[in-house]
Amino acid sequence: MAEVTLIKNPAEQQLTAEWQEAKARLPGPARLREAAFERFAATGLPHRRVEEWKYTDLRVLMREAKPLAPRPDADVFARLKDAGAALGDLDARRIVIADGYLAPGWTDQNSHDPGMAIMELFAWLAESPLYVDRLSQNVTDDVAIALNTAFMTGGAVIHVRKDASNAQPIHLAHIFSGKTAAATYPRSVVIVEPGARLMLIESFEGPDGVDYQVNTALQIFAGEGAHVDHVKVTREGDKALHISSLMADVGAHARFNTFLFTTGGAVTRNQLFLRFGGEETIASIRGATLLNGKQHADTTMVVDHAAVGCQSREVFKTVLDDQSRGIFQGKIIVQPGAQKTDAKMASHALMLSEEAETDNKPELEIYADDVQCGHGATAGDLDEDLLFYLRARGIPRAEAEALLIQAFVGDAIEGIEHAGLREALMEAVQAWLKAR
Amino acid sequence: MPLLEIKNLHVEIDGKKILNGLDLTVNAGEVHAIMGPNGSGKSTLAYVLAGKADYEVTQGEVLFNGENVLEMDPDERAAKGVFLAFQYPIEIPGVATMTFLRTALNAQRKHRGEPELNTPEFMKRVRETAGKLSINTEMLRRAVNVGFSGGEKKRNEILQMALLEPRLAVLDETDSGLDIDALKIVADGVNRLRSPERASIVITHYQRLLDYIVPDIVHVLSKGRIVKTGGKELALELEAGGYAQFQEAPVAAE
Repeated sequence: MAEVTLIKNPAEQQLTAEWQEAKARLPGPARLREAAFERFAATGLPHRRVEEWKYTDLRVLMREAKPLAPRPDADVFARLKDAGAALGDLDARRIVIADGYLAPGWTDQNSHDPGMAIMELFAWLAESPLYVDRLSQNVTDDVAIALNTAFMTGGAVIHVRKDASNAQPIHLAHIFSGKTAAATYPRSVVIVEPGARLMLIESFEGPDGVDYQVNTALQIFAGEGAHVDHVKVTREGDKALHISSLMADVGAHARFNTFLFTTGGAVTRNQLFLRFGGEETIASIRGATLLNGKQHADTTMVVDHAAVGCQSREVFKTVLDDQSRGIFQGKIIVQPGAQKTDAKMASHALMLSEEAETDNKPELEIYADDVQCGHGATAGDLDEDLLFYLRARGIPRAEAEALLIQAFVGDAIEGIEHAGLREALMEAVQAWLKAR
Repeated sequence: MPLLEIKNLHVEIDGKKILNGLDLTVNAGEVHAIMGPNGSGKSTLAYVLAGKADYEVTQGEVLFNGENVLEMDPDERAAKGVFLAFQYPIEIPGVATMTFLRTALNAQRKHRGEPELNTPEFMKRVRETAGKLSINTEMLRRAVNVGFSGGEKKRNEILQMALLEPRLAVLDETDSGLDIDALKIVADGVNRLRSPERASIVITHYQRLLDYIVPDIVHVLSKGRIVKTGGKELALELEAGGYAQFQEAPVAAE
């Protein structure tokens, strides 16, 4: 075999050096980490010739890799105890994850609910060697996920049984604490047993002006007849790079709803890998992204219909101002034998500026013959006739535009079941519009 | 000073001349009817008054209360008291009718330096206004005009007009496609606005609406200019004899 020397960019060199330095002290499954790092080392950072990363070239967008964020001390955790609270009154059990580390004292928030267990990632892994298998189950060979696995620093494991009271949503409130840039690698695992129900909120925030990096991963295992609602709110600081991978494996007769709301961050990549493992499951995957300045946000989704009679609905709305760039890549795979699949995907972009860019790449891979699949994509600016109607009633242009933009994203947000969250996100949209 | 003074108005759209030297003076307290065949420029006049962008004024002026409105944005005109009831009210998915009405009313109040209405004050105002016009408030729970029947859309226009209390209401074929009950609501809305300070321009194709809104002055519009002006009896002549009797021969020089 010919010898191939990969020329590494500074970020790749830094990641390699960081790995050499940190691997001995990183807790948990050393072999799993090692294998994951090797996967990264074999290919380097994904770039534009890697189809899945075509529009988000990490070799360009991630010039350097920041050092691994250290565990915050008690004072920092104390200072950050209200992380995520600004999202609104969600009546959720809020668990703070700072710089990729689960805040101590989270057990205080643990309920008396015998049907629900919340643990720290490595404490959970220590309980049984079998749990390590979960971490590699349903994981793609995506390099961002490999890096998360190699460097993961901690996170929450949420295990819900059927007899859980389900009284409150769980809110994993991620925050970056630092004044100087660092990289964080939170990893969380959610297991929703057959017939059980969970509402999970993830939020991400951090200071403006710091070019910190977040590479987060979440695995969701939903059993037969489970019902999972997931909402992710990404409002990182204006210089941050945020890469998120959601891997969901959903069993038969289940419901899986996810909503991705993104306003912050310099570069955001939301990856979503959903696998229908059992028949007759219904999934809804939606999102709203609002971008301005030079923000770049990429939603890349792979929905794998591997079972009979499942239904998926994907609706994404993106509002693009200034020189921002919004990307949607959606792939629906219908496996051989996954008959009666019903999959519909739509992506809509509202362009508020001549200089904004939107890229849409829908893909359908269908290997069964009795299915209904479709996709649609639109991109356009605000309708002048609608604006005129509003202005003819005395509403100034900026306010008229705000009403129409709210209506555009509201159409997606409306479907969120949790009323408090729905309101919180509409308020976030209004705040975004006010700052225009 | 007249409330509205249009002098020698020439308007084009996409290089096509629509209005050719239109003159019109409307005093406060008057109701004018403008009648004319299709393509005579009736809707163009309505849109130009409201400030729609696609229309290019190549000559002439429009003074509202002595101010040149052609320089004003549509929202500024509205706040000064110009209201257009659209021939085809537009559907706005996702914008709640109540939000729309409140935003419009408060934007106008703000522009005029009046205090904005809070939610209870606003709700009370809407209910009262709808009640007076016998408009069912169920309609207001939906998005603006979405899923409304033709009649409901027109009623919504009249409700907006009644709520915003404009100084000059321009109704662009508001009567088209309406049954008699809806027609009465439209007429009632215009008649209630009649006062020494206000005026209305009712653009219509048919005499029928004018049985319920009795105009002070009737104009015939043809090929972009007013070719005949008279009292309310002029509408009846039109009904009997058609528009042809008033149409000008084409001007060769143009």
